[in-house]
Amino acid sequence: MGLYPKTISYLMGDRGLLLEFGDEISREINQKVRRMALAIQVEDVAGIIETVPTYRSLLIIYDPLILPIENLKRRLKGIEKGLQQTPLPGPKLTRIPVLYGGIYGPDLEEVARVLQISSEKVIQLHCSIPYLIYMIGFMPGYPYMGELPQALVVPRLKTPRLVVPKGSVAIAQRQTGIYSMESPGGWQILGRTPVEMFNPEKDPPSLLQMGDLVQFYAVTEKEFEHWSE
Amino acid sequence: MERIAAFEVIESGVLTTIQDLGRYGFSQFGVPLSGATDTFSLRVANLLVGNKEGEACLEITLTGLKIKALREVVIALTGGDLCPTLNEEPLEMWRTHLLVEGDVINFKKVRSGCRTYLAVGGGIAVPKIMGSSSTYLSGKFGGLEGRALRRGDLFHIFELPSSLDKLGLRFPKDWIFPLEKEVPLRAIPGPQDHHFTEKGFETFHSSSYRVTPQSDRMGVRLEGPEIERRSHVEESIISEGLISGAVQVPGDGKPIIILTELVTGGYTKIATIISIDLPRVAQLKPGDRVRFKPISIEAAHSLLKEQEERLREFREVLRQR
Repeated sequence: MGLYPKTISYLMGDRGLLLEFGDEISREINQKVRRMALAIQVEDVAGIIETVPTYRSLLIIYDPLILPIENLKRRLKGIEKGLQQTPLPGPKLTRIPVLYGGIYGPDLEEVARVLQISSEKVIQLHCSIPYLIYMIGFMPGYPYMGELPQALVVPRLKTPRLVVPKGSVAIAQRQTGIYSMESPGGWQILGRTPVEMFNPEKDPPSLLQMGDLVQFYAVTEKEFEHWSE
Repeated sequence: MERIAAFEVIESGVLTTIQDLGRYGFSQFGVPLSGATDTFSLRVANLLVGNKEGEACLEITLTGLKIKALREVVIALTGGDLCPTLNEEPLEMWRTHLLVEGDVINFKKVRSGCRTYLAVGGGIAVPKIMGSSSTYLSGKFGGLEGRALRRGDLFHIFELPSSLDKLGLRFPKDWIFPLEKEVPLRAIPGPQDHHFTEKGFETFHSSSYRVTPQSDRMGVRLEGPEIERRSHVEESIISEGLISGAVQVPGDGKPIIILTELVTGGYTKIATIISIDLPRVAQLKPGDRVRFKPISIEAAHSLLKEQEERLREFREVLRQR
């Protein structure tokens, strides 16, 4: 499938316009979302008050009394036409330390059992490649990353946990993520990172950003406990 | 600017938070807009006390809040009617009042709606986080230490020119939407209306839905007839951005109306409630009933224009005082 030949726009009420670029999780589609979000930022269109970039779509929140929808659509078409000229900053690689297993990674052993490999192999696979950050969402600073090696693909938990601790590193299907805050959650938890993903006092508040890369590495309990940034 | 203690919280009640018009520009980092769920009432409350319309106010949910004035202040209450009293006497809403030191305001029971806004002349002074004073409860930041007000809290105002000239001002009552037994909500179909069958659509528009107790600033959960989806489509979609008023239909077919504390989600949305009906959503409480009606975007925009025109007229009246 890949990119739609023509971007589809959907109304989300009277102040939202959703631009959908494709119908799957793919790097090509996601890059277009990111490029479009950046281009809109650069254009600084009066009446566009927020954009929400996600895997394969970009939600635009606008003020229809400043920017009538027909004008908005026309502006967006123009921006999309010139998109190839929008330079994308090169991806930044962030290495994230993880203490795998034990109370920090309560699902590690079960994941290993289901995949019929050792826990060590699960850790080695999870650390083997850098992952692309497709979007930050669900909660402040939570990175949705992919794709996991095929040998690591497991489903979500049947019953989500009511409380997943902050810093938990988890997997589900082809994705991996980091719980930036304590929250309920249904992904399988392999370990925990001592690194803070989100700080409302910082600018930007999120450590990671869409389009950047993350590679995990294993640390010992001692290193985890004495971690300081 | 200097900050002056204006009120002390005597009883915290069900839930009271500090909110303004929301936190914009940080969705890309997963930060929801937050802010008042009924922005219309917040804006009017601020105008009544001579503030800029986006100043921080108290968003008071249901009953139990009791506060004491620590100095002379001008206030206005708007939104849902929670039977406010001033020193045990009924206090009229949608108008300005002058309080003196020691005055006690109390919210005892729900007459209609769910949330009252209290604006204080000078605006409530809390540090702005990412450009906004709004409390984001699940993120634990913004407002007063990222949490609901508690007994013993003091809240402050900025020292600004007094708005005593606005005393006795009323907001025209016929401009306030009536709070009905079965609240009509107008919604524009989409973005995933094509995931539902014609029958599902008909169910959505012809049924009365009841608000369940599992409702908060993230969303209003509804109980009622299941909305049928097309057989070949999945229940979830690839996560995408959300806006207040989006009506999600998860696997169980029961709609959830999104409010201000969510930024992305992976459930299909059958329709999105129009801006001028969002205050009605904010005023829903458990047990209330709603009914959805389709509307075109053109009609929604002209209704929005009408509302803003009225607010402009009201600002004009204020200016001439």
